[in-house]
Amino acid sequence: MSTPRIEVIEQYCKGCSICVEFCPTNVLEMDGFLVKVVRPEACISCMQCELRCPDFAIKVHKD
Amino acid sequence: MAFDYDKYLRPGKLPHIWCPGCGHGIVLKGLLRAIDACQLEKNRTAIVSGIGCASRLPGYVDFNTLHTAHGRAAAFATGIKMAQPHMNVLVVGGDGDGVAIGGNHFIHACRRNIDMTYVICNNFIYGMTGGQFSPCTPTGDKASTTPYGNPDPTFDIGKLAIGAGATFVARTTAFHATQIDKLIAEGIRHKGMAVIEVLDDCPTTYGRRNKFRSVVDMMKRFKELAVPVAKAATMSKEELDGKFVTGILHREERPEYCEQYAQLVKRAQNL
Ligand SMILES: Cc1ncc(C[n+]2csc(CCOP(=O)(O)OP(=O)(O)O)c2C)c(N)n1
Ligand code: SF4
Ligand code: SF4
Ligand code: SF4
Ligand SMILES: [Mg+2]
Repeated sequence: MSTPRIEVIEQYCKGCSICVEFCPTNVLEMDGFLVKVVRPEACISCMQCELRCPDFAIKVHKD
Repeated sequence: MAFDYDKYLRPGKLPHIWCPGCGHGIVLKGLLRAIDACQLEKNRTAIVSGIGCASRLPGYVDFNTLHTAHGRAAAFATGIKMAQPHMNVLVVGGDGDGVAIGGNHFIHACRRNIDMTYVICNNFIYGMTGGQFSPCTPTGDKASTTPYGNPDPTFDIGKLAIGAGATFVARTTAFHATQIDKLIAEGIRHKGMAVIEVLDDCPTTYGRRNKFRSVVDMMKRFKELAVPVAKAATMSKEELDGKFVTGILHREERPEYCEQYAQLVKRAQNL
């Protein structure tokens, strides 16, 4: 399985950190008020970040 | 991507006005997934709101939308449904809009059992105006107008809706993201008044005053306090104190208002 591509739409991200806290494999970290993808290879495509983001700011593309 | 929200969003409207972590965005996403699951046609769907942060929701979605006066969404929605019974009518709004200033319209829409789906975002507070207490603020909690703790008993929106006559009543929370769309979809498919209460977080005016360290803390609390209907049935009143029962709380069949009204028109015309 190839590593999913995680897209952050920076103009929409408000830095609430919900995605960071709910990611089970610590793929994401906060960088000030913006989320940053720091360990993309650890992503298991659980979609928790995309599901829970209140701001349509993070998408996980599986292929 | 698990779901393409863009097809239902009005272009150029994001980012939305809600604060970081505000649960209204989570409800908006659930609503769009539910509408998609029910395959509602844009032109045959109206989404109506009153005033408040939650009531800003229709502004972001590409349907027939109506942003009305504070507390009056159910009344406007009733007008749309009576004039155009083929429309799918949804109402969205806050606890203040729905059961404080709008409580009267809310209970009478329930009583009539008019075919609409009312999604009420209960964040326990008047978010938009800076955090005054609402009828849903838990007793003892702090609001800008109850700095020493709220002395009032709290409205149970589910019980209020059932008592007033709604024929589908459900509750979930902003933590239970996938249950939001499932329950709204059930409500849309139900013929009659469907009320779906989503316990929602307002980190800005409720969370901070009530010692939540973060929006994630608020989510965790929803997870801890939610008790599914089946489990609640095995618990005592004392055990359920302070908990939120989630799932479908009530469902019954009863004549729908627009259909009853159409029959009345027929009877009158045949006199
Ligand atoms: C007739 C009238 N009274 C009062 C207001 C001020 N007002 C605007 S929004 C609001 C409360 C909104 O609370 P709620 O419906 O819970 O929505 P939230 O902002 O919490 O999402 C109030 C009192 C108003 N706009 N109109
Ligand atoms: S899909 Fe799951 S594992 Fe991947 S970044 Fe999102 S939350 Fe983390
Ligand atoms: S949940 Fe969304 S808005 Fe919040 S930090 Fe993550 S991407 Fe940004
Ligand atoms: S004030 Fe509260 S309800 Fe309003 S947008 Fe901010 S977090 Fe949401
Ligand atoms: Mg509110």
